Amino acid sequence: MVKREAGVFKRITEYRALLLMLLPGVVFFVVFNYIPMYGILIAFKDFRITEGILKSPWVGFKYFYKAFSDPYFFVVLKNTVIISLMKLVCGFPVPIIFAILLNELTHGRFKKIVQTVSYMPYFLSWIILGGIFINILSLEGPVNQFLSLFGFEPRIFLADPKIFKTILVITDVWKGFGWGSVIYLAALSGLDIEIYEAAVIDGCGRLKRIFHITIPSIIPVIVILLILSCAGILSAGFDQIFNLYNSMVMNVADIIDTYVYRKGLVDMDYSYSTAVGIFKSLVGMVLILVTNKIANRYGGKGYGLW
Amino acid sequence: MVTTRTLGDKIFNTFNFIVMLIVLFVTLFPLWNQIVISVSEAYAGYTTGVLLYPRGFNLEAYKLVLEYPQLWIGFKNSVVRTVLGTTLAIVFTAMTAYPLSKDKMPFNKAITGFIFFTMLFGGGLIPNYLLIVKLGMLDTVWALVVPVMISAFNVFIMRNFFYTIPASLEESAKIDGASYFYILWKIIFPLSLPVIATVSLWIAVMHWNSWFDALIYIDSKEKTVLQLVLRRIVIENNPNDINGIINIAKKGISKYTGRQLQATMILVAVIPMLVIYPFVQKYFIKGIMIGAVKG
Repeated sequence: MVKREAGVFKRITEYRALLLMLLPGVVFFVVFNYIPMYGILIAFKDFRITEGILKSPWVGFKYFYKAFSDPYFFVVLKNTVIISLMKLVCGFPVPIIFAILLNELTHGRFKKIVQTVSYMPYFLSWIILGGIFINILSLEGPVNQFLSLFGFEPRIFLADPKIFKTILVITDVWKGFGWGSVIYLAALSGLDIEIYEAAVIDGCGRLKRIFHITIPSIIPVIVILLILSCAGILSAGFDQIFNLYNSMVMNVADIIDTYVYRKGLVDMDYSYSTAVGIFKSLVGMVLILVTNKIANRYGGKGYGLW
Repeated sequence: MVTTRTLGDKIFNTFNFIVMLIVLFVTLFPLWNQIVISVSEAYAGYTTGVLLYPRGFNLEAYKLVLEYPQLWIGFKNSVVRTVLGTTLAIVFTAMTAYPLSKDKMPFNKAITGFIFFTMLFGGGLIPNYLLIVKLGMLDTVWALVVPVMISAFNVFIMRNFFYTIPASLEESAKIDGASYFYILWKIIFPLSLPVIATVSLWIAVMHWNSWFDALIYIDSKEKTVLQLVLRRIVIENNPNDINGIINIAKKGISKYTGRQLQATMILVAVIPMLVIYPFVQKYFIKGIMIGAVKG
C-alpha cells in the first residue's frame, strides 16, 4: 500500500509537465460544463437572480409537476417527436439512394460537380437558408408562381399549419441529403471492384448488381446510423424551426428547444425552463446510452459511438 | 469501372443522369432565384411567372446593401470571432488532447471519463446563460469564443490522431531535454497537420454560422455578428432595418423593394462561403473519415 502510493507520487512527479499542460483543459470543463450541471439545481428551487442559486428557496419537484400538468408541454413534446420521426422516416433513405446513384455515375467530372453542389447547403446557416425559403415560399415566390400555372390559388406556405411540418422535412432533407451521402460513399469506395467484374461476367445487369452487391455491402452502416439517429429524437432542429416558425403555425411548430428558449429567456421563467430542459437532457442521455449499446450488440464492439 | 455496355446499362445511365440533373436543379434553384431577383429590375420579384433568368439588369441593390454600415460591422465581428475562436480552440484542444494520448500518465482514465461525460449530459440553456452573466462576459466577444473553446468530441479526435504518431519521434527530443510543450508545438503539431486542418475548418464554419449565442449574449449593435444582421432583415423582415438601408442611400423608396434587398443581402452574406467552399471541401470529407475512428 505504502509502496503503491509512493509509486503514484513518483509518477505524478514524472508527468508533472503533462499534468500542468492538461490543467487549463480540466479547468475549462469544470467551469463551462460541470458548473452549468450544478446550475440545474435552479429547477428544484424558486430561483431569483438577486438571491443566487444557493439562497433561493427549495421547492422540490414543483416545476416538474408544473410541466407535466401543463397541456401545452405535451403539445410541444408531441410536435418534437412527430417532427423528428417525420425527418427520420423521410430523410433517412434519401442520402442512401443518392449515394448509390452517385456511385453508379461513370463520368468522373460530372460526379464531382454533383457532389460539390449537393454538399454545399450543409455549410450554410439556417438564417441564410431560412431567408431563402421564406422568399421562395412567399405569396409572390416562385413556388406559388409555378403552381399558379396549374390553376392553384397562391398561399403563404409558411403560415399554413397543415403543411408546415412537411416544409420542415423537405427543407431539412434539402440541406442535408448531399452531405449525408458522404459516409455511404466512403463505405462504397472500400468495395472490391473485382466483385462487380465477376458479377458482370456472370451476366448480372446493373440493377441486379445494385441490389445484390452495393446495397448488402452498406447495410451495416445503414443499420448503425439508423440506430444512432434514434437518440436525437428530442432534438427536432432548433435552428431551422426558430428561423422558419411564426405565430400562425406555433401550435404545430413549437418544439422543446424553442419552448425552453421562450420560457427561459423571453418570459424569464428560469426554473420552469430549466426543468423542461432537464427532462430533455435526461431522456437524451438515456437514449444515447441505449442506442449505443444496441449498436455495439448489433455490429460487435466498436460499432457504437464508443 | 466496368466497360461492357448493354441496352439496360444505357437506359440506366440515362435515367441516372436525368435524376442527377434534377438534383442539381433542385439544389441550385433556390440560390439561383436569389441571384436573379438581386440583379433584376426592382419589381421583378413581384411579377407573375417563374423567373428563370434576370429581367433587366441592375446592380443598384448591391450598391445599396454594401453601403449599409451594419453589414460591415457584422462582417468584421464575424471574422474576429471566427479567427479568435478557432485559434483558441485549436491551441487548447491540442493542449488537452496531447497529455491524454499518454496512457501511462496518472489519472488519465479518470480525466478521460470526466471529459467524456460532458458528451452525454449538459446543464442546458439557462444554467449556461447564468454562468456567462456571472462571469461578466455578457456583451463581449469572449461569450462567443470561450464557452465553445474545447469540446470533448474534438479532444478525442485529436487524441486519436496523436496515438498514431510513433513514440520514437518524441524519444530523441526527450533525451535532448526538450520539454513537453516544446515537443507538442515543434514535433507533434507539424506531424498532425491533416487533423489540425480538418478540426480547424469545422470550428471555423461553426463560428461563422453561429448566431444563437450572439442573440442571447450580445446586446450592442456594434458587437453583433453577420448572421444576426442578416436575421433582422431576411427573417424578421424588420421594417426599420430595411428602411435604414434605403434611407442611407437617400434615394426614393420606390426604386427598391424589400424583397430585392433581402435577396441581395443573402447573397452578399453567402458569397465568402461559396468562394472558399470548393477549395476546402476535401478537408471536410477527410474529417468524416477521421471522425469515424473512435476511442
